[in-house]
Amino acid sequence: MKKKNLAALLMAGTMCFSLLAGCSNSGGQTSNPPASDPGTQDSQPAVTDGPNGGTAGGTFKLGGIGPLTTDTAIYGKAAMNGAQIAVDEINALGGPIQFQLQPEDDQADPELGVNAYHKLLDDGAQIIVGSVTSGSGIAVSAETFADRVFTVTPSGSSVDVISGRDNTFQVCFTDPNQGTGSADYIAENLPGAKVAVIYRNDDAYSQGIRDTFVAEAQAKGIEIVDEGTFTKDTQTDFSVQLTSAQNKGADVLFLPIYYQPASVILAQAKQMNFAPTFFGVDGMDGILTVEGFDTSLAEGVMLLTPFSADAEDERTQSFVKKYNELHGETPNQFAADGYDAVYVIYEAIQAAGCTSDMSTADLCEALVKVMPTISVDGLTGQGMTWSATGEVSKAPMAVVIRDGVYVTP
Amino acid sequence: MKKLIGRIKGLKKTTKVDFATYLGVILAFVLFTVLRDRGLLNRSITGMLVPICAYIVMAVSLNLTVGILGELSLGHAGFMSVGAFSGVIAAQSLQAAVPSAPVRLAIAILVGALFAAVAGTIVGVPVLRLQGDYLAIVTLAFGEIIKELINCLLVGCDSRGLHIAFNITGNLTINDIGMEPGGMAIIKGAQGATGTTTIASFTAGFILIMLTLVIVLNLVRSRAGRAIMALRDNRIAAESVGINITKYKLMAFITSAALAGGAGALYGLNYSNLSASKFSFDTSILVLVYVVLGGLGRMWGSIIAAAVLYILPEALREFADYRMLVYAIVLILVMLATNNDQLKALAGRIIPKRKGVSSNG
Amino acid sequence: MEFLSYLISGISLGSVYAIIALGYTMVYGIAKMLNFAHGDVIMVGGYISFCAMSYLELPGWLSVVLAMAVCTVLGVVIEGLAYKPLRQATSLAVLITAIGVSYFLQNAAQLIWGASPKGYTPLVPALNAKGEPNALQLFDGQLSIPYLSLLIMAVCIIVMVALTFFTGQTKLGKAMRACSEDKGAAQLMGINVNRTISVTFAIGSALAAVAGVLLCSFTTSLMPTTGSMPGIKAFTAAVFGGIGSIPGAFLGGILLGIIESLAKAYISTQLANAILFAVLIIVLLVRPSGLLGKYVPEKV
Repeated sequence: MKKKNLAALLMAGTMCFSLLAGCSNSGGQTSNPPASDPGTQDSQPAVTDGPNGGTAGGTFKLGGIGPLTTDTAIYGKAAMNGAQIAVDEINALGGPIQFQLQPEDDQADPELGVNAYHKLLDDGAQIIVGSVTSGSGIAVSAETFADRVFTVTPSGSSVDVISGRDNTFQVCFTDPNQGTGSADYIAENLPGAKVAVIYRNDDAYSQGIRDTFVAEAQAKGIEIVDEGTFTKDTQTDFSVQLTSAQNKGADVLFLPIYYQPASVILAQAKQMNFAPTFFGVDGMDGILTVEGFDTSLAEGVMLLTPFSADAEDERTQSFVKKYNELHGETPNQFAADGYDAVYVIYEAIQAAGCTSDMSTADLCEALVKVMPTISVDGLTGQGMTWSATGEVSKAPMAVVIRDGVYVTP
Repeated sequence: MKKLIGRIKGLKKTTKVDFATYLGVILAFVLFTVLRDRGLLNRSITGMLVPICAYIVMAVSLNLTVGILGELSLGHAGFMSVGAFSGVIAAQSLQAAVPSAPVRLAIAILVGALFAAVAGTIVGVPVLRLQGDYLAIVTLAFGEIIKELINCLLVGCDSRGLHIAFNITGNLTINDIGMEPGGMAIIKGAQGATGTTTIASFTAGFILIMLTLVIVLNLVRSRAGRAIMALRDNRIAAESVGINITKYKLMAFITSAALAGGAGALYGLNYSNLSASKFSFDTSILVLVYVVLGGLGRMWGSIIAAAVLYILPEALREFADYRMLVYAIVLILVMLATNNDQLKALAGRIIPKRKGVSSNG
Repeated sequence: MEFLSYLISGISLGSVYAIIALGYTMVYGIAKMLNFAHGDVIMVGGYISFCAMSYLELPGWLSVVLAMAVCTVLGVVIEGLAYKPLRQATSLAVLITAIGVSYFLQNAAQLIWGASPKGYTPLVPALNAKGEPNALQLFDGQLSIPYLSLLIMAVCIIVMVALTFFTGQTKLGKAMRACSEDKGAAQLMGINVNRTISVTFAIGSALAAVAGVLLCSFTTSLMPTTGSMPGIKAFTAAVFGGIGSIPGAFLGGILLGIIESLAKAYISTQLANAILFAVLIIVLLVRPSGLLGKYVPEKV
């Protein structure tokens, strides 16, 4: 009984603490959403002059959403680190447009994604960079659509993230795009291949690419001899799936999965003396940066990726160098997507001539209007353009790994 | 007035605690509604109201299994999952037939509770023969099985009704279930329920909490509830005085599952995207933490613990990367503090006269 | 032949589960607590040995010794700080604390070593110097058993036999069994219960380090969450075999691996985990205290 009292006391204490925390937040931020009413009144004329008039300016607050803890943290951290580098670059230019990025953790969970989004708006975020993962992205973009907040997702690749939401734009390819792209590439460059697929069936990304890949493969007459699946809980051992693919004579193994399980598959296939052509998609990018990974295992792996850290161009080189200095590792595609997302916003703001004192809704309308008209050169593609539905158009790049670096075949 | 006070004083202690619980929930609801409507509540808190309601119902219902029935369940999220997905299917497919969102939400919650009750029966009948940690592992196993099965589920809806396929080989997609063009996909296997119209509301959450409390507290205070607690305290003694073990165990277990299903439906209809992997072992554990910290068998404790512990990681966002680390430390420290004899003795001295209140409440 | 190769991959996966389950069951048997943080101690063991090999460039065997030493200390510290004060508390309170410790270890590991996966160099490399698979070839190469799997099985059997001998024959082992039977009576017999439980944790954690190295060698990959799913599977294995029973944990682990592998091969890769858990439920319904668990009749 005494125990219960004490528990109650503690509870009450924590409750007070958290309520206080909540209040201090609301106290600080109450000025934010309502401020738009009088504020925009003043800035309205500037805006009307704005479009394409080059009067864009002010400090824009970007809210980043992505998994920063738990097992998907690799993706969220990379994207947010990349975005921060872009923000620093833009701010260093000293131009009228300045950015401030606040990353928030969503653990790749829709529920926490929505919580993070609300928190960001409380803290005055005007534009959302997120969510990094599709699952959370679908829920977050539903909220941003309802609230009219401009959203650019670095790597939320599911179609559902953008479908029916005119305010959400993707930097990465959509999943169907990758599936058909891979099937087309295989049909063209590896004719007569017997393809086996191993994918993760409790993951929207993997399943999404697999579905369109299989549909396109059938249309192109590619023979799919075997399909194996795994889940988050069984991603430590692939010997059964590999044995099955080997027995069915597969000579191409299509892996629409992330690089961590892919590295395990490569190692186990080697152990079994099974050496098909491995074919990956953008999730495979990063496999060479895994510390301690034996890159000889990845020799000959083909992948469709929008980004290559080995690219010769100056911009990529400087990005890779900065990332390495700051975080001690080579950036992967997620980092590049995050970096590009900020530049996309930057270009759009310039094109629309927005100012940071516009209300988020006005900002959103103005940016949505210019998105289909702009073209952005980024790390993940030259001359990226967007359809009004939010889908990006850029050329996928097929690379093959030779001696631990990407080369174009 | 005096008479009323006199009557309240004359009530049993447990009844007083129960009424205080109801009153507390109502006051909290009124307070938050007024604050929200006046615009005094920030978006973070407003956005968390519905999930908090769902987790409170989860915690109270799990407390029925763990605290009152005395069986450790590690698969409570499984029932939430069943309720969430059946509720989403019901709400989405009835969009045309029932245009009113609150009515649709009510139907969805009922459907969710019903399906979860069925799942509870299927799980409960074999499982309740086991005891202790063996029962715990089997509930864990059921939770995982439900998760994997829902991962294989494809559901769509068109003018001819529902189309359901079970994607056991992994080769089917949402296009293979024979929907007319223009049909609406509701659950797309691993991608889960995407594009759900979000109709959950704080008011519905409040009503669900009140219903849950009425059901659980009345069950606990009834003859059946006393029988269930007798089973918890001494199974053999209870059996020897003629208490039907299976009947009462099942009663508690199925009620708990049904309420979790209702909470799941509320939760599922609050997000436009829902995947089966959300309802994993981790979520079961999360709810169990609420129950244990709130106090076994103490419903008001579960309510407060669920609300506080839900807000805690959000309040810790200032710690950025260290957030979950701090959360873990707080969790351990609270467990150590609540079980510390010296602290307990100290607390007992500070509030001596409240000794004995809510002894089993 | 196909069946045999599936069986063998099942056994090698199963021996990984078994070695984790041995640590689980040992701690459970003596301290009567579900140590949910066990999987995370495994992860720490993996990281320590990874660091020893790649940063300090120590040989594989030395990295195992180092990992065992660090994990033993870690296990004792965790036990002393988090579990010892709860000796008199309900088992649920201890369970929640163990979960807290598990969160703590995972998040601490992420802060120390980063969220990116690390590639773990297996103790027995996949390929030998000639570039051929490092495996025992049988039936003209139709069946190949990686030496790594043989190593894991061997370690597993050695550990099981050693633990059985230790708890059955040595003085400390007997003290442990006494504590597990009845803490109060053990104390009256002059056994230092607290110390005995601490020693149990030390041994369990050292085993976890070995399991960590073997698990990482098997999967060749290492992340802060590496330990959590194998931890749950091993817990399942321990219950399957009868929790608290050392040969039971071994048997449970191996069977779990075989079921998982065969279910993937012949029924559905999709539902492998569901099938695994379904088998577990059926077994527990037939034998409510696991395969080799003791049925303890209740005294009135």
